[in-house]
Amino acid sequence: MKFDSAATTNPIDRLKVIGQPLDRIDGPLKTTGKAPYAYERHDIVADPAYGHVIGATIAKGRITAMDLSAAERAPGVLAVVTARNAGVLKKGNYNTAHLLGGPDIQHYHQAVALVVAESFEQARAAAHLVRIDYKAEPGRFDLHAAKGSATAPEPSDLTGPIDTHVGDFPRAFAQAAVRLDETYTTPDQSHAMMEPHATLASWEGDSLTVWTSNQMVAWSTGELATTLGIPPEKVRLISPYIGGGFGSKLFLRADVVLAALGARAAGRPVKVALQRPLIANNTTHRPATIQRVRLGAERDGTITAIGHESWSGDLEGGGPETAVGQTRLLYAGANRMTSMRLAVLDLPEGNAMRAPGEAPGLMALEIAMDEMAEKLGIDPVEFRIRNDTQVDPEHPERPFSARPFVQCLRLGAERFGWDRRNARPGQIRDGRWLIGLGMAAGFRNNLLAKSGARVRLDNLGVVTVETDMTDIGTGSYTIIAQTAAEMMGVPMEQVRVVLGDSSFPVSAGSGGQWGAASSTAGVYAACVKLREEVARKLSLNSADAEFVDGEVRVGNRSIRLQAAAAEGDLVAEDRMEYGDITEKMQQSTFAGHFVEVAVDSATGESRIRRMLAVCAAGRILNPKSARSQVIGAMTMGAGAALMEELAVDTRRGFFVNHDLVGYEVPVHADIPHQEVVFLDETDPMSTPLKAKGVGELGICGVGAAVANAIYNATGVRVRDYPITLDKHLDRLPDVA
Amino acid sequence: MRPFTYERATTPAEAAAAAAHTQGARFIAGGTNLLDLMKLQIETPPHLIDVNGLGLDNIEATEDGGLRIGALVSNTNLAADPRVRRDYGLLARALLAGASGQLRNKATTAGNLLQRTRCPYFYDTAQPCNKRQPGSGCAAIGGFTRQLGVIGTSDACIATHPSDMAVALRALDATVETVRADGATRSIPMADFHRLPGDTPHVETALETGELITSVVLPKPLGGRHIYRKVRDRASYAFALVSVGAVLQPDGTGRVALGGVAHKPWRGEAAESEMPRGANAVVGQLLAGARPTRENAFKITLVERTLASILVEAKG
Repeated sequence: MKFDSAATTNPIDRLKVIGQPLDRIDGPLKTTGKAPYAYERHDIVADPAYGHVIGATIAKGRITAMDLSAAERAPGVLAVVTARNAGVLKKGNYNTAHLLGGPDIQHYHQAVALVVAESFEQARAAAHLVRIDYKAEPGRFDLHAAKGSATAPEPSDLTGPIDTHVGDFPRAFAQAAVRLDETYTTPDQSHAMMEPHATLASWEGDSLTVWTSNQMVAWSTGELATTLGIPPEKVRLISPYIGGGFGSKLFLRADVVLAALGARAAGRPVKVALQRPLIANNTTHRPATIQRVRLGAERDGTITAIGHESWSGDLEGGGPETAVGQTRLLYAGANRMTSMRLAVLDLPEGNAMRAPGEAPGLMALEIAMDEMAEKLGIDPVEFRIRNDTQVDPEHPERPFSARPFVQCLRLGAERFGWDRRNARPGQIRDGRWLIGLGMAAGFRNNLLAKSGARVRLDNLGVVTVETDMTDIGTGSYTIIAQTAAEMMGVPMEQVRVVLGDSSFPVSAGSGGQWGAASSTAGVYAACVKLREEVARKLSLNSADAEFVDGEVRVGNRSIRLQAAAAEGDLVAEDRMEYGDITEKMQQSTFAGHFVEVAVDSATGESRIRRMLAVCAAGRILNPKSARSQVIGAMTMGAGAALMEELAVDTRRGFFVNHDLVGYEVPVHADIPHQEVVFLDETDPMSTPLKAKGVGELGICGVGAAVANAIYNATGVRVRDYPITLDKHLDRLPDVA
Repeated sequence: MRPFTYERATTPAEAAAAAAHTQGARFIAGGTNLLDLMKLQIETPPHLIDVNGLGLDNIEATEDGGLRIGALVSNTNLAADPRVRRDYGLLARALLAGASGQLRNKATTAGNLLQRTRCPYFYDTAQPCNKRQPGSGCAAIGGFTRQLGVIGTSDACIATHPSDMAVALRALDATVETVRADGATRSIPMADFHRLPGDTPHVETALETGELITSVVLPKPLGGRHIYRKVRDRASYAFALVSVGAVLQPDGTGRVALGGVAHKPWRGEAAESEMPRGANAVVGQLLAGARPTRENAFKITLVERTLASILVEAKG
């Protein structure tokens, strides 16, 4: 099915199931510990061998010698896999460095060996017996030092244009009545998902099956075949349950490749989980940025010039953090520029982490907007509203499909009690605490990807949905079941959803907040086909048939749905594809984030007291799981604002705090009550369900809202994330 | 983890003798730190002596009005003891500022004193560390030092002791009671229990080989206001950037000990005589001679401001 014009009324609009705050259908499995995650597939393989990964201990250089003999003789050891004995491995398209390194080392903790043994403990103990000599070479590890060497990266679908210019930015900025020119920095961040990357691999002849934890089944199936040099049809990848990904599991990673190689070497199934201390340096991370924002405005607050430049670093062949993307679309302004520059760094490879681009980009832009509002003497909410645009500012002929941005801000301000904010910072106290309110805009584009599904009706009236879509804790199982239930007119209990298997139709997968809208559209398409099959089987005119309460009704005729499958299951498969609808109109999601913080006037510790997000993301398919997505993202935004930072050792070239002791993410005590409001909205330009993504919108802007609240509390502006106490301690009032 | 042998001791003297018998043997109680270190092969004891069966899990009144805390009393039970809560609020508050409920249930009094530094370079076995591998060098010096020590450091090591409990015990003038392999017992004042790194940062305490902690003794209550402030980037479940434990008397005198700044809980009795003159005077003396790095110099200011805030609270 092709979606190329605005959605009209369809069975989804009945909203009997869609739009209801239903519990997750996979909830009981997860809360009782029965959901089989990759490392726990005891149902598949009774007696797997265990792999333990060895990471390189230099950042750049070469392995000069490797002595495996002691490890190979150790109790229980079945095999030691290295680049030397693994056979020819190619590099996939999505990873920058090789997933099994050697003799060249491209980054710290790049995997260089896998020790396979009868037990996990034996593999771990034997791994310490592998002796590796390295010759280290000097590397480039400091973004600030490398900034001057940064160049314009190659544009791709992921980056968008590297440089943009509209009007005459230099002139307009120079002539603006009020100007802001500030530089902001965001650090490298780690996804820190709860479940480590983990894989169980098993060969049957030359066919490989991997049970793994991966957000994008089709991508990674192809990448695994490419890496191993085997035909894609010989690889089956199964990823039904995922303990968090946040972008870390978008791609094939070392656990999959090493489990496959280990299983081949040991001649039996092998499972591998990346050890937690390896994850920060072995896998991907969100790259650090240096961002310069320039704003020029008339005294009445009209933006006349808006410029945003970003510098980031990556391994040779990697890509930039696209931190300027939102600045092309969020605010009006006749004269505009953006640019991205990329430095070569020999740190581990950067890649997507929840809302890549927008998350760090808004952390900079939305402090700048707060600073500019103060310079202008205009309330920060009003300043943003004054510069709203209903069209793509670079292409005014291109409207937004829906843009209730102003409503998000106005409703948020009202709900939050924004009028109680004192525009003069550092004025409000509660005992020893300094109190501040801050806000920021949230913005994330609505990306859509073609997505397929297969739907089966059996003679008990059970509807089974099969798609390689994944559920990374987001609620995909539930919204897909809701879509099928609504379309086929059956209760939720009559729907079975099976996900994450590469033998199923290819879906959008989970990433870029495209999963919910795209995958349900694919299920919609398959259900439309199944409805036609049912009608044909029952000799009804499908256009007139109503599917409701387990029946198919035409006029005053009513037939049980399962009657259509009396002679055998009915199966329909289709996928949703998109015409140029996204080119004609800009599809985005919007939020207003509001935060109250308390800063200890003596120690400078910042603690969040209240958070509110008002979100506009089209139709909300399930308000309960959507709210969970948003509060989780707000929590991640709070972490970005207050504590998350991979500390770079710029001499030795690695992230030092590479475990969950050193890399702090928020705990319950950091997160107060979070309120989420969804605007009652539909976007018929998005999909037949009129829904858009929400999983990344929730983080976009949160960091800046926290930063702005801290400034409002203290009067000290910090432009270097995370805003830890040492960055404003010297400038806080005397303790008295 | 390297293979190891294991035994359960039944008396403290027997445990100490067993430990002296096998080089590199370690006692294990709660295991909340030691097991992690063994999995990473930062610690590789060939033999473990399980001391959980020794009793030593009572809190008793002493003849001179103090408390004797068994080495195996859990952090949870110690923090919840009514006498501790009433008379040694600093200790209860410090304990509850540390770790998590689950860890405090397992962690013991003696084990808490013996926990090892959380310096990230100590934890990464690929990096040189004089504490982990004597003579290998220190990767932390010149590296990422935000969490690390500012005073009493050496050219060999700038690690800190991570305990909150030990800070309170130092301020309260506790003593550590031990038994040695030959059965002899002794008392070690908290001031002398932990060592500065010097040239031997791997030697962290005054304990001799095989020597087992049997109890910690608190002298009779001090009265006064007991305030423990632990300053950290996140609100819970994080080691201190700095912590300040103070016992303040109505006449303006008091005691103060610091965590997160040194290889041991940091206290200077002479500096405490400055207490009536305020935080600036106290900290000026307490941290005189500090050698912070560029990244952790903020700790000096932070200690002073935190103590100042405590003094304000104590007056209120």
